[in-house]
Amino acid sequence: MHRTGELYGQFETLEQQKDTATLGMWIFLATEVLFFGGLFLIYSINRHMYSDAFGVGSNTLDLKLGGFNTVVLILSSLTMAMAVWSAQTGKKKFIPIFLILTLLLGTVFLGVKVVEYKQKFDHRLIPGQSFDISYHANHPTASDKPADIAAEKEELEKAFHADPNLNSHAQLYFSLYFGMTGLHALHMVVGAGLLLWLLKQSIAGRFTPSYNTPVEIIGLYWHFVDIVWIYLFPLLYLIERHR
Amino acid sequence: MHTSENIAAEHVVPPTIYLAIFGALMLGTATTVWAAYQNFGNFNIVIAIGIATVKAALVVLYFMHARYASKRTKLMILSGMFWLAIMLSMTLSDYGTRHEFRTDAESSHQQ
Repeated sequence: MHRTGELYGQFETLEQQKDTATLGMWIFLATEVLFFGGLFLIYSINRHMYSDAFGVGSNTLDLKLGGFNTVVLILSSLTMAMAVWSAQTGKKKFIPIFLILTLLLGTVFLGVKVVEYKQKFDHRLIPGQSFDISYHANHPTASDKPADIAAEKEELEKAFHADPNLNSHAQLYFSLYFGMTGLHALHMVVGAGLLLWLLKQSIAGRFTPSYNTPVEIIGLYWHFVDIVWIYLFPLLYLIERHR
Repeated sequence: MHTSENIAAEHVVPPTIYLAIFGALMLGTATTVWAAYQNFGNFNIVIAIGIATVKAALVVLYFMHARYASKRTKLMILSGMFWLAIMLSMTLSDYGTRHEFRTDAESSHQQ
């Protein structure tokens, strides 16, 4: 049995049926807001207590990659919104095209995230025994500009002066960085799976102006994941850039 | 009782609105990066969260169609935000009034 948008017995109209599904999705999203909200709370308290370590940690992130990913993710929200529009207006051929674009942009985002994680791994910024916030400044590669390394060393010196336990406290920053971006990425992987299912259904021509609830509902989820990133980007990447 | 005023008729948002929202979100992203390189002291974080909240509001209202949703759905969205506000404000006011939470500079200033 598959759902094709027939009216179920407990509803009066199709509008009411769709409205109920939308409400249910928003209830789920409210629990997601509180789930990520708890992480933002932990972040706020630790950032206040260890602001030097959080500033140093934030400045190790690659702003170009983070900014690029922000643009990619917002663009994927636009293509998702266009997929919903195609379904609502009966442009059946456009639905899979916009879904594939959304899926591609989501994959690009996750690919860039892998590059960023790899860089943190190489710079020994994974919390644990071998964590060393000064590793990159002391072991620059050929591609690093001497002026950047000198600035990084000076920044570390100041930060260690203000907070002798900088190495421990920077691990808190990176625990939150990997925890929050990791959970965000996990949500995107789930979203990609949902998009694949939508793609299959849309190619089968299942969505019409009178029945497009799954496109709308999965769209809500995708946009929510975008909103989480809209907060993560300035909070993780842009703490102390003006220094 | 279940009249049409309780159920939002489907509202199709035209692509021009979606493109305009996308443009505004890009502008917001550029502004937040620019603002991060300026030294506004304690206001850097306020500006960053302010811009992010405007961007989030645009996504919720237009991409997520909250503006055209039923009153019941709008109530649910506001409830989620209200619960988040309770969690953040109660916990932060608790931490904020504890001596251990203050940084060294704040503690010595109080002496």
